[in-house]
Order: sequence, then C-alpha cells, then structure tokens
Amino acid sequence: MPRTYEPIATTTVTSGTSVNFTSISSAYTDLLLVINGNGTGGVGLQLTLNNDSSSLYSYTRLYGNGTTASSDRASTRTLIDANIGNFNDRQNVLIHIMNYSNTTTNKTILIRSDNPGSFVGSIVGLYRSTSAINRIDITLPNPGSYVNANFTLYGIKAA
Amino acid sequence: MIGNIVAGLYDAGVIEVGDFESIATVTVGAGGATPINFTSISSDYQHLQIRLLAKATSGAFQNIIMRFNSDAGSNYNWHILEGVGSGTPTSGSSVNDSSIYMLQDTSGGYAVAVLDILDYKNTNKYTTIRCLSGADLNGSGKVQMWSGAWRNTAAITSISIAHVSNSFDQYSHFALYGIKG
Repeated sequence: MPRTYEPIATTTVTSGTSVNFTSISSAYTDLLLVINGNGTGGVGLQLTLNNDSSSLYSYTRLYGNGTTASSDRASTRTLIDANIGNFNDRQNVLIHIMNYSNTTTNKTILIRSDNPGSFVGSIVGLYRSTSAINRIDITLPNPGSYVNANFTLYGIKAA
Repeated sequence: MIGNIVAGLYDAGVIEVGDFESIATVTVGAGGATPINFTSISSDYQHLQIRLLAKATSGAFQNIIMRFNSDAGSNYNWHILEGVGSGTPTSGSSVNDSSIYMLQDTSGGYAVAVLDILDYKNTNKYTTIRCLSGADLNGSGKVQMWSGAWRNTAAITSISIAHVSNSFDQYSHFALYGIKG
C-alpha cells in the first residue's frame, strides 16, 4: 500500500545525456519529478513519456529573464521542453504529471522552472494520450551532457 | 543512455508516514457538478494543498472561484500573472472580492492546478494562498500563477470550489491534502 507522498526512485548523474524512470507503478494519483543540477552544451531538458516520440506533445510557457516577461507556445511536438533556457547553470525544475495513471484523459503536465542565473517561469504541457504513464525520459540533446544533476521521482496518492 | 531507473526499487524515503496526508477526494461523475465542497477539515495540519484536474461542461476558459468557511463577504484579494502563448504576459487583481479566483478551466481539455493554502489554522493572521495552474490545448492554452488572501483570521474548516459559469465536467478530480509542520 503506497504512502500518500512517497519517493519512488532517485538518481544523481555526473555524465551522460538521458535519465529514465521505467516500470512506474500505477498506484499513485500524481507524479512529481524534482530535478536539481546542471549540464553542459547550452541546451535544455527534454521530456518524453512512455518512450513516445510521436507528435503528441504541446506546451504553453510563461517566463521572465529579469528584464522582460514573455509567453510562447509550441504545438504538435515530439517532446516537451522541460525547463526555461538551457541547463548550464545549476537550477531547479519541478515537473508535476497530474492524474498520470488514469486511462480516460490526456495527460497534463505543470512545470516550475527556476534558474537563478537567467530565468524564472512556468510551463503547462499536454501529452495527447489517454494511456497511463509508466516511463519518463529526461534528455539533454546533442551537444549537451549532464555535469551534476539529481532526479527524484515522487508518487502522490489521493484518498 | 544512462540512469535507467526501475521505479519502485527505492524505498528509503525521507517523508515520514503522516507528514503529507490525503484528506479527501472528489471525482465528478456523469452530468457534471458544482460546487465541490471539502468540509469538517481537521486542524491536525500546518498547511493544505489542493491538486486538481478540471474541465468545464461548456465554454472556453472560465473562472473557478474558491471560498472559505462559507464566507461570501468582500473579504478576498487576489492577483494573477498569465501567459497565453504569445505577446506580453498579462496581470490582474481584485481587492475586496467575494471570492478568490484561483483557476480557469475550459471545455476543450482538462486544466490542472496545484494550490497551497498556507497556515490555514493560524488564528493570528489572514490566510495566504498560492496557485500554479494551466491548460494546454495544442495550439491554445494558458499558464497562470495566482496568489490570494482571505482577510479573516479564523481557522479554515471548509473549502468550496465553484464554477462561475457552468459546471465541472465528468472525470474532473479534486484532491485535498494536509501537510504537517
């Protein structure tokens, strides 16, 4: 019987380009992925679900860089850009995957992206699939790689 | 590819049982519903969190309001910062309102929100609320950051979440959690 707010898995990486959480139990209501760290290459984090790279993703963003507030969106994408800006500076990214285990609705993702070196912002994303989420991939595309980043996945279970 | 983690092998969590507890959950059935009420909220916790998935029975981006302890007086303030996917983000506010506006949902898809009600039982100060919410519809959508206050020092014992224009559609889901301090 899962607890209400339970760490499911955690890892700290100092190299490589991809972190994957697989075989995620359907026992929870929401998932929360907490990321703290940085990488190289001047690229940002990319999120895919269920190892699905088809054009089922989209997102809307709200962010500021200390001078200007901005909003933009991307539609019919093969991934969700999971943080604002690049991942070079040490930063926090919180990714909420809401009602991830239900098989009735598409999956909506809420992201808080906090990079003290350059951006603060939020992202709402959509994965147009009613499948339960059982895998999460967080990738730095070429030429990026992780330098020192911790990833902890939590499950949150409603009564 | 590194860091392939089979979820479920990690079982040495730092969260103690009871620190973050599920208090009550409402899932909307066929036919829709409004309002969603959480009543007789225990004073056992330090903060409350509501995590929700909401869809309107009809219409585009409509306001969802929240009231505490059945108070419909002009005792609420709120601010919003909103991005609609292009242009300059907008901001809005209201003082002396009869409710807190905390979310907008739409019949085009499910909006989600994570809402924190801080120090809800403290009778020495007003209650402060923050909320991150949004919905993306693959070509439209909004992401919103809200803050609010209930200008009443009473401990919160009930929460009402209502749709201003229509009802919450089937499968909308509202979960109330308590966080111990």
